[in-house]
Amino acid sequence: MSSESLNPASVPPLEIHDLTVAYRNKPVLWGIDLVAPAGKLIGIVGPNGAGKSTLIKACMGLLPCSSGWVRAFGQPVSQSLGRVGYVPQRESVDWDFPVSVMDVVLMGRYGRIGLFKRPSSEDRRIARDCLEQVQMLPFADRQISNLSGGQQQRVFLARALAQESDLYFMDEPFTGVDAATESAIISLLQGLRSRGKTILVVHHDLPTARTYFDWLLLLNMRVVAFGPTEQVFTPDLLQKTYGGRLTVLSEVAEAVGAKAH
Amino acid sequence: MIAASLGDSTEARRRRCARRGHRLVGLRLGWVLLLASAFTAQAAKIGDLTQTRWTEQAWRFVTLSDPVVRYACLGTVLLGISCGLLGSFLVVRRMALLGDALSHAVLPGVALGFLWNLEKDPLAIFIGALLAGLAGSATVSILTRTTRLKEDTALGMVLASFFGVGLCLMSMFQRLPTGNKSGIETFLFGQAAALGPGDIQVMGAVTLVVVGLLGLGYKEFLLVSFDPGFARVLALPTVWFERLLVMLLAFSVVAALQAVGVVLVSAMLIIPAATASLLTDRFHRVLVWSSCLGMISGLSGAFLSFLGTRLPTGPFMVLSASLLFALALLFSPRQGIVPRWFRQRSQRVRIERENTLKAIYQVLESNGFAAETVTVSALAARRRLPAIAVEAEIGSLVAAEFATASGDQVALTPSGWQRACAIVRNHRLWELYLTHAAQIAPDHVHDDAEKIEHVLGEAMVRELERRLPRFDTDPHGRPIPSLPASMAGVRSAPGGADHRPAGYGGRS
Repeated sequence: MSSESLNPASVPPLEIHDLTVAYRNKPVLWGIDLVAPAGKLIGIVGPNGAGKSTLIKACMGLLPCSSGWVRAFGQPVSQSLGRVGYVPQRESVDWDFPVSVMDVVLMGRYGRIGLFKRPSSEDRRIARDCLEQVQMLPFADRQISNLSGGQQQRVFLARALAQESDLYFMDEPFTGVDAATESAIISLLQGLRSRGKTILVVHHDLPTARTYFDWLLLLNMRVVAFGPTEQVFTPDLLQKTYGGRLTVLSEVAEAVGAKAH
Repeated sequence: MIAASLGDSTEARRRRCARRGHRLVGLRLGWVLLLASAFTAQAAKIGDLTQTRWTEQAWRFVTLSDPVVRYACLGTVLLGISCGLLGSFLVVRRMALLGDALSHAVLPGVALGFLWNLEKDPLAIFIGALLAGLAGSATVSILTRTTRLKEDTALGMVLASFFGVGLCLMSMFQRLPTGNKSGIETFLFGQAAALGPGDIQVMGAVTLVVVGLLGLGYKEFLLVSFDPGFARVLALPTVWFERLLVMLLAFSVVAALQAVGVVLVSAMLIIPAATASLLTDRFHRVLVWSSCLGMISGLSGAFLSFLGTRLPTGPFMVLSASLLFALALLFSPRQGIVPRWFRQRSQRVRIERENTLKAIYQVLESNGFAAETVTVSALAARRRLPAIAVEAEIGSLVAAEFATASGDQVALTPSGWQRACAIVRNHRLWELYLTHAAQIAPDHVHDDAEKIEHVLGEAMVRELERRLPRFDTDPHGRPIPSLPASMAGVRSAPGGADHRPAGYGGRS
């Protein structure tokens, strides 16, 4: 046993060091450094194309990194995936797929069930419990294509809850969601946070970002600022994130991409 | 024995085609061969004239008395299961074209399998076809990864080019001087009657592996198909499951080749699975349905092709599969065209009936409920319909025991009266709700209420009552009827300000 795991309090749930990610040789994220504190609800905001989704996909190993490393709980993410939960973008799956809401939520248990084993009644109980938390239990036997956008999002959230993780990545859980669902989701996330979980949420809407999140990561191809919301949510830093000052960086990125082709 | 007499007219045709198309390739083989093949083609044609009667053939098939029939049945059942299972994955993942490309790509492998020892050796052909199929799918993935080409383009290219190579190879081998060449042409359109014990062993093994692995890893294959990104987050070896799936697909395509033929095997993957997805919306049931439908189409295809002499099996299988699909399209309980039509029709009839009831109520109301009957002419005027149409509607009401008619007088029965009150109540409550809760002007609400009145359920009516401070008159000042058991209870009620409506069915 390493000394780090003996003292879990000192190990950050997420540590990113010098992470660079490129699509077709064109960098989208440059030298990201970040140490996320435990038990915080962290919003990732930035303009379109800032690499918000790319960052969390790279964190979970869904995209190859050009350089740098990501550790969750002091270990490479590939070895601590059992403690990492994920809510992908709603459009990432085919909602006409012939499965029921319950089937989808049970998928969150697959990591714990293990290869080639059937879900137990305990797994089903947990899945039902998670559906109850997002108020979707009455829909358990529905086919997923009959759901509204907000309901689909809740199903994904329930699936992530069923993972029973300590670190969550959520990719735009509030897009295409009605106001009632949005407030239900945020109170659920706050509940998770108060139980010591760390949650990173890609978010689009600046005004609500201020009220929803404890910490904010302002991202525009690199980390503009990362810290408690009240310190980071300043006109100056937001201007830096959304304003035109990063044009040089994106031009260089274009040039690098062009050279590589 | 059928299997032995396989030199036939298709072979002759193909040989003539081959002669035209590949003269350069065949030059080395010499004139002797060409003459010989022309001669055998002629002989095969004459042999075709002696046909057995189809009733005898049907009897042979049904009684399973013949080993040829037994092998054909067993083979088609096995291929129905494995193709049905794998096809379900293709259909739900929207990868139908992959099945097509894979099945065409195996042809060069089949030809090379023949070359191995110049006769129909099931194992050699199986391995050759498998390698060619996997080479085809590898080519597709390399093309899509390294070039700008999209997957459908790559699939189409691989399909056509591999198939072309296969056809060239096959027509060359058919002119080789040595070896037993009979049987190679069955791989194009399929011949269930040509299945031998060796083929059945291969097919049985493949089906066993497919069923076993899919049963064992059902949960993983489901997740990898539905949400591969999430599967990777769960540390599932997603890539290996994908490869395994393509591998199993290649296995079952190759195993099915002999019976269905290269050209149509993809149909046995897609059509049963497509039919199954019309019938159910749970994946495990899609799998079961699809393999059952695959078995049925396979068996009936084998049966039909067996009736004539040496008819190819593949087209008949696909024909039966398509027929089953058409039946599902028409009659499947939820999505079928016919059940849907019946549902819509019965709903139309109900709405018509309810509109007539409402009109009778309104005529009665306009008289201040002085009379218990209305005349057909008054009703026709209210409905703005010719008298003949109104009489038909009244006939429908009488048949449903909502009204009685004598002469031109129409009276409502107690149940008809209750129904009429309910409809008028629904209409006026909805109008009231729209003007009250949504602040819509009273003259805008009527058309909306005309539609809503027919679909409001009891629970919704209660909810409306709960949300409205008062519900005795509608926005146009007409009283909203409560629902008494009989007509007498209401006749005193209209307009009575002191009257507290009794709620739906008098139960609140």
